[in-house]
Amino acid sequence: MATDAPAPSIALPKKGRPRFGDIGLRWLALAAAVLPVVIMVLIAYEVTRQAWPSIQEFGLGFITGNEWNAVTDKFGARDLILGTAVTSVVALLIAVPMAIAIGLFLAEFSPRWLRTPVGLMVELLAAIPSVVLGLWGILVMGPFLAEHVEPWMIDHLGFIPFFDGFPSNQGLLPACLILTIMVVPIVASISRELFLSVPGDLKQGAMALGSTRWEMVRSVMVPQVSGGLVAGTMLGFGRAVGEAIAVTQVIGGALRTPSSIYAPADTMASRIAAQYAGTPTALSKASLAYLAVLLLIISLITNIAAQLISGRLQRRSRGLA
Amino acid sequence: MSAQAGRNPLAASTSRSRRRKLWGRLMEGLASFAALVAIAVLLIVIASVAKRGLPAINLDLFTQVTAAFSFGAGQEGGLKNAIIGTLIMTGLATLMAVPVGVLIAIFDTEFAPPKVSMAIRMTLNVLAGVPTIVIGVFVFGLLVVGRGQSAWAAAFALAIIILPVIARATEEVLLLVPSHLREGSMALGATRARTVMTVILPSAVGGLITATIVGIARAAGETAPILFTSSVFANAVVTDPSQPMASLPFAIFTNSESPSQHDQQVAWAAALVLMTVVLIGSIAARLLSVRTRRQIEQTR
Amino acid sequence: MSDTMHPDSPAEGTMTDQQQQQPEPPADESGQSPEVADAAPASRLTELASGHTSAPTEGRETVFALDDVTVSYNGIPAIRNVNLNIHRNLVTAFIGPSGCGKTTLLRSFNRLNDLIPGAAVDGTITYHGYDLNGDDVDPVEVRRRIGMVFQRPNPFPKSIYDNVAFGPRLHGMKDDLDARVERALTHAALWDEVKDRLKQSGLSLSGGQQQRLCIARALAVEPDVLLMDEPASALDPISTQAIEDLTESLKQEYTIVIVTHNMQQAARVADVTAFYSVDVAEGGGRCGVLVEHGPTSELFIRPSDPRTEAYVTGRFG
Repeated sequence: MATDAPAPSIALPKKGRPRFGDIGLRWLALAAAVLPVVIMVLIAYEVTRQAWPSIQEFGLGFITGNEWNAVTDKFGARDLILGTAVTSVVALLIAVPMAIAIGLFLAEFSPRWLRTPVGLMVELLAAIPSVVLGLWGILVMGPFLAEHVEPWMIDHLGFIPFFDGFPSNQGLLPACLILTIMVVPIVASISRELFLSVPGDLKQGAMALGSTRWEMVRSVMVPQVSGGLVAGTMLGFGRAVGEAIAVTQVIGGALRTPSSIYAPADTMASRIAAQYAGTPTALSKASLAYLAVLLLIISLITNIAAQLISGRLQRRSRGLA
Repeated sequence: MSAQAGRNPLAASTSRSRRRKLWGRLMEGLASFAALVAIAVLLIVIASVAKRGLPAINLDLFTQVTAAFSFGAGQEGGLKNAIIGTLIMTGLATLMAVPVGVLIAIFDTEFAPPKVSMAIRMTLNVLAGVPTIVIGVFVFGLLVVGRGQSAWAAAFALAIIILPVIARATEEVLLLVPSHLREGSMALGATRARTVMTVILPSAVGGLITATIVGIARAAGETAPILFTSSVFANAVVTDPSQPMASLPFAIFTNSESPSQHDQQVAWAAALVLMTVVLIGSIAARLLSVRTRRQIEQTR
Repeated sequence: MSDTMHPDSPAEGTMTDQQQQQPEPPADESGQSPEVADAAPASRLTELASGHTSAPTEGRETVFALDDVTVSYNGIPAIRNVNLNIHRNLVTAFIGPSGCGKTTLLRSFNRLNDLIPGAAVDGTITYHGYDLNGDDVDPVEVRRRIGMVFQRPNPFPKSIYDNVAFGPRLHGMKDDLDARVERALTHAALWDEVKDRLKQSGLSLSGGQQQRLCIARALAVEPDVLLMDEPASALDPISTQAIEDLTESLKQEYTIVIVTHNMQQAARVADVTAFYSVDVAEGGGRCGVLVEHGPTSELFIRPSDPRTEAYVTGRFG
């Protein structure tokens, strides 16, 4: 029974001889995946650290205080918060219905061949750098508004106190409109995705009962995706609140309680950008950082809330499917 | 059987049904109008920038430099240092963000259990939502205080901003790669790493390029982070990244508030250059992504 | 090419010699004893089919008249040259192998194919004498009169009440909405099961209940015709039985056209059956055709066309 060569081994190789490449990639990728978390924590820490002197000095009174004075070293963000609120809310009021309409147009109403080109153009609107929008705003739109639109508004809407005032090249109105231009593409593309996700069965069921296409949209599609639309609105809100560059270019940077939509005002983000060149006192620097802290908190809240809402929606639709 | 003539009960006969029909048409018309307005705004902005920027484009613009303190001060000067600065900063930011973004996407699609995957995605979304001005303040405190401004700091800030964009775009493409490619490779005995490097990434290359283009377009246009990290620069072309540099967005920003005609012209010219880059990049990315999608679908 | 019977001739059919006995199927490749394989279904079918009257359409008003109807998508015909009448207060079943255009044809009865870009109808479909595709016809009006139930239950994410009330609210039938809802749910044999939980979501019901909810929803607008596209195919056997019983009772008030791939179901519930098949042209293009139609009792027991015979005896499809 001589054998010429040893029989080939059919035993399975021992487990667990990891290849270097596999381990290397795994750890490298893990390190990369951890990085966003690390960065977020660092951002929160660093910005708070910079703001600390101001937080210590003013505490929550910063939110209600009303001055911004480097000479007396007194800082309060109330008017800035109001300015942020007014510009963002007005922008949303115009942008959200418009964006949902555009989403419906792209998902339902438009002929198929139009969908890609129009969709692309809406995306391009989102791609315009904010500084370019701001340049256009301050040199083209602002003067146009001041010369042709604001006088008309004062004449016809001036009985409402907020819509009374004097035309101005820079002010709340151009800021609201610029923010609208920025928010529309964001909410429009989210809306479009939502509407495209409505099951065809549901739409056909409504049509088979004799609804017009609009009635089907209104009574079946919109309720079906309403939560997602809310989430999209919150994301748009976050964007509007955080925009510094374009706003600071057109809003006029005046610290005053917004009483007229035409008058210059300021927002939190805009003030930080406006003082980038440096501020005299340490406390003023810290107060700018305090504004950044507030912005960070607002963006975290709106973002996480939006994600929770869409997460809950996805689970609900899957659970009942 | 031929159709009867006479009053057709199937026509929209009652006033109610006529009203419903009309109302439906009205609402659809409004939606079309909204889309029209959006397109109009886009075209108006592009037209404005083109109209005012084109006349200002001349050779001087590309051969002359402008010092930081001269931007906005109405002095003569061009965009040479700004263009070079944007190229360098954007390039560095892309170099930093793309490998990390791709690795994150790989981890998320290949290695991460579902709950971790969700956490990663959530974090990326949160990071994407942080206002760019806050990121500017962050990097200012981290890298500029005590050290001085630098292009590295600006690039770092830009990298943070585009990281979620690149990670998400890459992830989308990786998810498109059909699982039979993965399984085939692993069945042949290749390790995970090998599979990723030699099978998955190559088939997703188009998507990676798209993601990179999108990242570049975004990074080129961001102003807020530059305000704090690279806003005081020399009156010359600077190529050393440890120094602050001029940049197109910054040039636009400071010149936009200047009353000087010359400054405004420079701003429009810079805006034209920037917008051309951004628009071409976005369109190219879109076309490329459609083509990549089709290619990957064919391998199914 | 098509062996359709002319719609106006009475359904006596062409009597063949084979009418007196079961056709003797040849042995097939499976090697199974052909008698055992085919006898059981055929006899059950004939048993069910013979339960229907032999001249159901006599004296009944014609609801739909199809004259050389072809439905095509983007120029490619899906089903062609259909000549057929649908009669009042009868259940008409469309049977045939999958892909023969039964559903496509059904959807042209309520203009639902309008929703598909590129869909076109040639030939004439008249409804009570009026051209369904006429210039001034409003699809919304059509669909109020001709309701539809789909293959998979598709209740809206609303309450049971709001699901049923959806149609009446649309069309302005708002008077006494509660009574309408109750009446519709009763006709759909669902009232007793849901009367205490009308506010609950329609999605909380079981599959069979959801389908009955969809039937109630369709009935709530008091239609003339009810189109059913394989209404029980996604349901369990018990729910299927419930739907079949329902179909029987509904025909007293409504005209029903039901598409089904289940021959026994057709034999059970339908008074008139139309058998469709797929025609393969030389280029390989597949198109549906109406092969034969007539009283169920005739079609299953004494089919005229060999294709019908092959289908109902189970030799293919």
